[in-house]
Amino acid sequence: MTTPTVRKVWFSSRASTQDAREGGRPSRFRWGRGLEISAFLAPALIVYLLFVLVPIVLAAYYSFYKWSGLGPLNNFVNLDNYRRALNDDVFQNAIWHNALIVVLSLAVQFPLTLGLSLLLNRRMRGRAVLRLVLFAPYVLSEVITAVIWLLMLQPDGLVDHAFSAVGLGHLVQLWLADKHLVLYTMLVVLTWKYLGFGIVLFLAGLQGIPQELTEAAAIDGASGFKVVRHVTVPLLGPTIRIWAFLSIIGSLQVFDLIWIMTGGGPGNASNTMVTYLISRGFGRYAFGYGSAVAVILFIISFVVALTYQRFVLRRDTEGALTRMVG
Amino acid sequence: MLTSRRCGAVLSTACLIALAGCGGGSSSDANSTKSADSSKPVTLTWWHNATADPLKGFWQQVADDYHALHPNVSFTVVPVQNEQFNTKLPVALQSNQPPDIFQEWGGGQEATQVDAGKLMDLTQASSSWISGIGGQAAGWQVNGKQYGVPYSLGIVGFWYNKAMFAKAGITTPPATFDDLLADVTKLKAAGLTPIAIGSKDKWPDAFYWDYFALRECSKDTILKSAADYTFDDPCWVAAGKDTQRLLDAKPFQNGFLATPAQQGAGSSAGMLATGKAAMELQGHWDPGVMSGLTTSKEVLGSNLGWFPFPSVTGGAGLAGAQLGGGDGFACSYKAPPECADFLKYVTSVEVQRKFGALNVGLPVMAGSETSVSDANLQTLLKARSSTPYVQTYLDVQYVTSVGQALDDAAAQQFSGDATPEQVVKQIADAAKNR
Repeated sequence: MTTPTVRKVWFSSRASTQDAREGGRPSRFRWGRGLEISAFLAPALIVYLLFVLVPIVLAAYYSFYKWSGLGPLNNFVNLDNYRRALNDDVFQNAIWHNALIVVLSLAVQFPLTLGLSLLLNRRMRGRAVLRLVLFAPYVLSEVITAVIWLLMLQPDGLVDHAFSAVGLGHLVQLWLADKHLVLYTMLVVLTWKYLGFGIVLFLAGLQGIPQELTEAAAIDGASGFKVVRHVTVPLLGPTIRIWAFLSIIGSLQVFDLIWIMTGGGPGNASNTMVTYLISRGFGRYAFGYGSAVAVILFIISFVVALTYQRFVLRRDTEGALTRMVG
Repeated sequence: MLTSRRCGAVLSTACLIALAGCGGGSSSDANSTKSADSSKPVTLTWWHNATADPLKGFWQQVADDYHALHPNVSFTVVPVQNEQFNTKLPVALQSNQPPDIFQEWGGGQEATQVDAGKLMDLTQASSSWISGIGGQAAGWQVNGKQYGVPYSLGIVGFWYNKAMFAKAGITTPPATFDDLLADVTKLKAAGLTPIAIGSKDKWPDAFYWDYFALRECSKDTILKSAADYTFDDPCWVAAGKDTQRLLDAKPFQNGFLATPAQQGAGSSAGMLATGKAAMELQGHWDPGVMSGLTTSKEVLGSNLGWFPFPSVTGGAGLAGAQLGGGDGFACSYKAPPECADFLKYVTSVEVQRKFGALNVGLPVMAGSETSVSDANLQTLLKARSSTPYVQTYLDVQYVTSVGQALDDAAAQQFSGDATPEQVVKQIADAAKNR
């Protein structure tokens, strides 16, 4: 809507100053500008190439070999690593665990995040403190979070005592040692850790919703719930979509918390794609196989990200990314 | 995995210390000559995993002493934190500047390094003195050739709380598997947790499976499995069935699947140290680990006892065979010949006696045993000298890919996700793809 105007203004003002300086010689003007762009772009581009693209290509290359990490790459196995990985039910379960974390993260965290950010958006006593408390877990590193929760969730630990203290002692479980429960325990910890991040995003989004609209809806007789449902949530759309995107990608790559708290166990009950990759690739010195798993993980994340961009984020990115170049 | 165990062996607390530097390389001109030339100055780069005293200072002292004896040989001693060591070493060996001397645990990992041509053959250089170490040096041989030299070798057994055993009415430690199960029942009847285990780390589970395999399988079958990686013999499934029999007796603490072996008072070592469990199957490092987890420096004091893994009736295993493993050093293929001479010095009676006096490990060179003063380590030394055969932990004995698959499979049986047959199948599958 507004982008074409913006682009025109930006482009013309820029072009006019350039024209004045260069005396209307388009070729030199382009050369100079290209130099400027590459000078600014080069550091970032080189880092990106060296530490993102090259490793991806190398991983894809290694994935066709059986390789212990020592000696030359001389045992070409074609797609065997991929076949083995996809047929391994431990890996299949790991993928399933990731899918479960993606879905449950969204389902559990969205209502919580929305509710809490609406609450924290109101004027009330102690708002700043509450915001700080909810955001604090996000500031902690994953390792610290994992160690704290690990200690609290020990049998007869703080969590168990807390349950007993409020008379819910009969609900106490083996939070980390029960293979049917461990994944949900991890989900609680993940939610605790990332709730604050969603709230900050949502609060920023809420600032952008003009008060006149909610006021007008209220005057027209809309109840509090209806205002939220028909005014706030739709206008918060772009923020929600970005939040969901980050949450999905994070859920696909979740590693640190689980690795420290359970190591993927008991059995393989809390394995995710990345814990599987580390334990099989590095733990067993099977770097070719590990690379194949990494490539599968990359493809899954990439496809999910592209699909999401194409079908969900399209409205938000249109113009900003797709047309600007033209 | 197996690494944390070694970490705990020497420096449980030092695991937390991360090390930054790892620079330095051997002087390249030293590599051109193949015979030791006493006048030519060389610098040996030495990676070891002792990041905390007393061992860290000890190795530095050993290097300094050797330099005083051989002024032409200098050292760059690089202590590398244990977990990092295992990630850094393959990369370093693959590079043009591998360390000259480095930590070596023998077994399958060493075999992989030998296959890639990364280690120096020490057979010739060590022929005059290796016999002093005895049969224990075999763990560092590949295809009959010596590629590494041990300086410490321990065995795994049950550490137990004598007071708790007495409270349950147990007068002598169990000698057979049936005795053990009977004692488990007695301890449970007395309201005590019979056995603590750190199943979160997986390798403590494998200790049980390994030991039952050692009791059920003949020595030949085990040695054969390490050579041709076949697991067809029914004794492997029998080992799993014994394990299952133990699991069915439910001897472990509540929630043992999520318990770590060595971290914190809630770990299995911590439970034994604080009197919350009556016994634990662990290596020689366990008293050291426990002392770091309790406030009193005397771990259980005189109440701490040790007994070997019980026998299994009808098993084909060699009676009295023990599971164990140790620490050693190897020289890289690029190291100058002085490296071999330095290893001779490291394992000399003189240096081994000094090592023994630190009470952090069990020296291997004949004549150095008496230097160990710690009562618990003395018990182990006695057991080690009377055993007919020490089998290296199977996860170290096999190449890493198979060894880790074994740990994973055993852990799956402990969590109720694999039958004895499935455990063997998982190991055999990994062996096929090794």
